[in-house]
Amino acid sequence: MKLESNIPSGPIEQKWDKHRAEVKLVNPANKRKYRILVVGSGLAGASAAATLAELGYNVDCFTFHDSPRRAHSIAAQGGINAAKNYQNDGDSIFRLFYDTVKGGDFRAREANVYRLAQVSVNIIDQCVAQGVPFAREYGGNLTNRSFGGAQVSRTFYAKGQTGQQLLLGAYSALSRQISAGTVIMHTRKEMMELVLVDGHARGIVTRDLVSGNVESWAGDAVILATGGYSNVFYLSTNAMACNVTSIWRAHKKGAGLANPCFTQIHPTSIPQHGEYQSKLTLMSESLRNDGRVWVPMKANENRAPHDIPESERDYYLERKYPSFGNLSPRDIASRAAKEVCDEGRGVGPGGRGVYLDFSAAINRLGEKTIAERYGNLFEMYERITGENPYKIPMRIYPAPHYTMGGLWVDYNLMSTIPGLHVLGEANFSDHGANRLGASALMQGLADGYFVIPYTIGHYLAGVKPGSITNDHPEFKQAVEDVKGRISTFLSINGKRTTSSFHRELGMLMWNNCGMARSESSLKEALQRIPEIREEFWNNVNVVGSATELNTALEHAGRVADFLEFAELMCIDALQRDESCGGHFRTEHQTEDGEAKRNDEDFCHSSVWEYSGYTSKPTLHKEQLTFENVKLATRSYK
Amino acid sequence: MKLSLKVWRQKNKEAEGQFKDYALSDISPDMSFLEMLDVLNEQLLAKGEDPVAFDHDCREGICGSCSMMINGKPHGPESMTTTCQLHMRKFKDGDNVVIEPWRASPFPVIRDLVVDRSAFDRIIQAGGFISVNTGNAQDGNTLPIPKPDADSAMDAAACIGCGACVAACKNASAMLFTAAKVSHLGYLPQGQPERQRRVLKMVEQMDGEGFGNCTNTNDCEAACPKGISVKNITRLNKDFLKATIFG
Repeated sequence: MKLESNIPSGPIEQKWDKHRAEVKLVNPANKRKYRILVVGSGLAGASAAATLAELGYNVDCFTFHDSPRRAHSIAAQGGINAAKNYQNDGDSIFRLFYDTVKGGDFRAREANVYRLAQVSVNIIDQCVAQGVPFAREYGGNLTNRSFGGAQVSRTFYAKGQTGQQLLLGAYSALSRQISAGTVIMHTRKEMMELVLVDGHARGIVTRDLVSGNVESWAGDAVILATGGYSNVFYLSTNAMACNVTSIWRAHKKGAGLANPCFTQIHPTSIPQHGEYQSKLTLMSESLRNDGRVWVPMKANENRAPHDIPESERDYYLERKYPSFGNLSPRDIASRAAKEVCDEGRGVGPGGRGVYLDFSAAINRLGEKTIAERYGNLFEMYERITGENPYKIPMRIYPAPHYTMGGLWVDYNLMSTIPGLHVLGEANFSDHGANRLGASALMQGLADGYFVIPYTIGHYLAGVKPGSITNDHPEFKQAVEDVKGRISTFLSINGKRTTSSFHRELGMLMWNNCGMARSESSLKEALQRIPEIREEFWNNVNVVGSATELNTALEHAGRVADFLEFAELMCIDALQRDESCGGHFRTEHQTEDGEAKRNDEDFCHSSVWEYSGYTSKPTLHKEQLTFENVKLATRSYK
Repeated sequence: MKLSLKVWRQKNKEAEGQFKDYALSDISPDMSFLEMLDVLNEQLLAKGEDPVAFDHDCREGICGSCSMMINGKPHGPESMTTTCQLHMRKFKDGDNVVIEPWRASPFPVIRDLVVDRSAFDRIIQAGGFISVNTGNAQDGNTLPIPKPDADSAMDAAACIGCGACVAACKNASAMLFTAAKVSHLGYLPQGQPERQRRVLKMVEQMDGEGFGNCTNTNDCEAACPKGISVKNITRLNKDFLKATIFG
């Protein structure tokens, strides 16, 4: 496997322009001869499919949902960053670039991040033109808020539903192309396998989730925009169906997978309330603007929060990080919560929670003001927990939320498999070891609207269109492989449900490869995962048949891939013998318990190649160089 | 809590369906309604029986996947709440709970509680967009939009496309869904060039899908988990009339 990042030469602010001038083009009359397969219809997939179709390519877009509008991008709340500097507060492309590189703890590729900051401004314009109802000032102009600890106001938002509105914008552009016949939309079809012909990505195999039909599709290039893998932890803020299958299948066919151990844990989720819990719900980070985080001073406290006097409360974020206090970055706030709960000072059922208390803000500003700011969030909290946060402090706990790792891509967003392009959360490129708030939406749309439409032509210009069809033997083989796998699931007839395995794996990953990791916890996990996997393949019970809508079968396929992927995640976490961003190795911390990077040995992206045997992947390194942002220690004290 | 469930089971689109009774015990009041169904499904799976199929995904009330009639009401007894955000504390120990799929002929049942809502997608494809190619856009602040218009557009755009409005309507009308999109784009200056064409096309598609006429009884608004207002239907009617006369 050769890692050629194809970063253009020259000063960083000229790289993208220079590249656009140099990439090969496909002439308009030829574009209609090419067929591009796009898997996923979230922000990245829908925006890419729509834009490529507008350019004249034929596009097939696949989603396992009943409609492209259901993709999980829809659940993003906070907003989208763009270096518009409408607020005249000193923002610039360079500053957004700088913040993103620093926030990612210096583990992202400078050139990609700079381009992201550059195109961020075009995204807002495009979305406004589509009719995305961003929040506005009385004068009619777009308004911004500051978000995620940024020192400028650069976040655009549509109430607390920014992801929904941006996705519906991309969905409307996609719908327009579907009605024009340039995009063929395939709903309720799940990608099961990637097909390579002569080393190039040339197609996919899908299972129709209603009829059970296994079908193959050929194209001139494949785009994966299939999101992240937080559900490896079982409980996360991701939607139930989010999974690793498509990128894992591509990895097993030869695509390098980069930095799988970089996962983000969001500090403000509603804590787990019971064994049966299916997923975690995020509460917007904005709550930390007015809420104070605390736990009791003494362990195993059983008094109600009101009965605990001020002197016996520990406002630990304010104590440890006096200048950022309750607004400390996500990774830092999350670890601090874990620490106090590990000391037995957690609150609520199971002791895995901390208070987020609004009483001081209510006394200062009045209940009305707080209701104006957070009314909808308070309602959502009460609906889920049955507790009134105006009277009783909220309980929050960190939860897996986003994954920075993913398939390795070059500057053109192409993986190590020629023709296979990867967009959005599914790739590894822009967020390093920690993602800043309001940056995921930006990256998904940047990749889909403004990067891939330029860079895919560079690949296609060297490909003879339509040269491969799905009666090629490789397609037949891939279909047989998928069918074989499905019948294996159905023939095991064991005693345990898929969910029980998923839960077992998730708990292991959360405890041993979650907010904090150590050599011993990782080694333990690496021993346990193959054991769970083995039991799964011998003792899972998948009911029903292959030729019907079968949710048990769908889940089994996804969990089987998580059971392999989880091992790579732990191998990566063990190999990265440093702490950085969301990857916290307990052996590597400063005296105050902060992440301690090791730039000497780990200033690289770890790219794993599948060796044919899950437990023994081959490591390749892409060295990261920082020419425009000086390597420095993040400090939020 | 103990519950007696009556759940619609139907193998596929062609098969005849029927209600089946299930008794559940040890249900925690803190569970969500879908988690209660998860418990039922785990028990069915353990017995080697087919789980109850239902659409669901984000479980945060925003993706619009979940869709079921609970005791005759779309998304159950709580107003402004999707099924995934409904919690068992809203039920009493020993309650009987009847669970059905959306009932509307443009939404055929695929299996159990899963219905085919692709008719909604086709209504949007008929015209629920602004025709602007990527790269065509001018600066976002070139066209100022009065805040009240932007806010009204946002309120209409909050539709999650779940279909509760259709399920609630005795005519299975899709007026609220269609009107929400017509209204969202109609409030904005960007939506003006195609305003007349859009409403005609979308209404034509809506009728062609077999949705019924508006009853003017507002059941749709009452059932909408996002509180989309029937005022949007008034706007659609106005736009439709104008487009018919002048278009």
